[in-house]
Amino acid sequence: MHGDFVSQLSIFVLAIFVGYYVVWSVTPALHTPLMAVTNAISSVIVVGALIAAGPVDMTQAKVFGCIAVALASVNIFGGFAVTQRMLAMYKKKK
Amino acid sequence: MDMQNMTALAYLVAAVLFVLALRGLSSPETSRAGNMMGMLGMAIAVGTTILSPEITSYGWIIGSVVVGGAVGLLIASRIAMTAMPQLVAAFHSLVGLAAVLVAGAAYANPASFDLLDAAGRIFVASRVEMSLGAMIGAITFSGSVIAFAKLQGLVSGKPVVFAGQHWLNALLGVAALGLVAYFCVDQSPWVFWSLVALAFVLGFLLIIPIGGADMPVVVSMLNSYSGWAAAGIGFTLHNSALIITGALVGSSGAILSYIMCKGMNRSFFNVILGGFGGDSSAA
Repeated sequence: MHGDFVSQLSIFVLAIFVGYYVVWSVTPALHTPLMAVTNAISSVIVVGALIAAGPVDMTQAKVFGCIAVALASVNIFGGFAVTQRMLAMYKKKK
Repeated sequence: MDMQNMTALAYLVAAVLFVLALRGLSSPETSRAGNMMGMLGMAIAVGTTILSPEITSYGWIIGSVVVGGAVGLLIASRIAMTAMPQLVAAFHSLVGLAAVLVAGAAYANPASFDLLDAAGRIFVASRVEMSLGAMIGAITFSGSVIAFAKLQGLVSGKPVVFAGQHWLNALLGVAALGLVAYFCVDQSPWVFWSLVALAFVLGFLLIIPIGGADMPVVVSMLNSYSGWAAAGIGFTLHNSALIITGALVGSSGAILSYIMCKGMNRSFFNVILGGFGGDSSAA
């Protein structure tokens, strides 16, 4: 259990550094699309929602999980689609 | 290779794709490829989870994905390009609420998430993680709703300031953290749900003093919060995909809001503390 926590903490801290370095060079025109794609990616919370919604029995957890799956799905499909729309416009303008 | 390792490997691939997506969105030439990588990463993360043994019933899940996905695609195709910042804010509020619900689900049925010790109590570490995840998720939710309302012009874009505001927020913040600490000794529902309620109020109060002109920065900040909430829940569920991606979104969102402040020649702390930037967009 404890070793497990330390290894989780390690990947957490390393991922913070990756996130820190990966966006520094973004061009100002891409701020909004980057924000939209980051938003879409943050709906990875759907993974937790799916696990909650997974069991056969209809419990409070499953109800919460299904609602969360629906909310996150709005975000996943909407987020990536809207990013694509923005990027398509960006290309046309050039 | 056993199932558990396969799942962890697939999550790693998804996380790498998310890194490449963020990287790709940094420059115009690679931006479209970046978005594709993000979609692929999400498809792998979702597909892997659905195939994992924890999931034994699919009907409700498929229904929820279809309904949510259809709504998302409809909104994305109809929305005016000028309404982009408020759309992103609205989407954030959904992630925040989803995080609260997932934390709430883990709290309601801890046994199905393997979170119980021998005495049938939730592990203390899990209590800290799920309460922090729920708290940050709730702040993200109500904060994003206010950001959306300001950008959409539903409420005035003017900063709402009153005497002692920072003290009140500080007090509520301390009270929320106090509840997180108390939750470690008492796992009763009132502790958990009071914390969620307090965090909703806090999210609201944190964003009302910030002017409409500064909202894009706030939206990016809230994005960062939603990442931290996902990471907190990732620790609870021992899920590497949530931990890595949450940390990635959390730190890159914070950096992006810092970069945006610099671009507007504004002090990051002034924006976050609020009371400035009374504005323009809510005309």
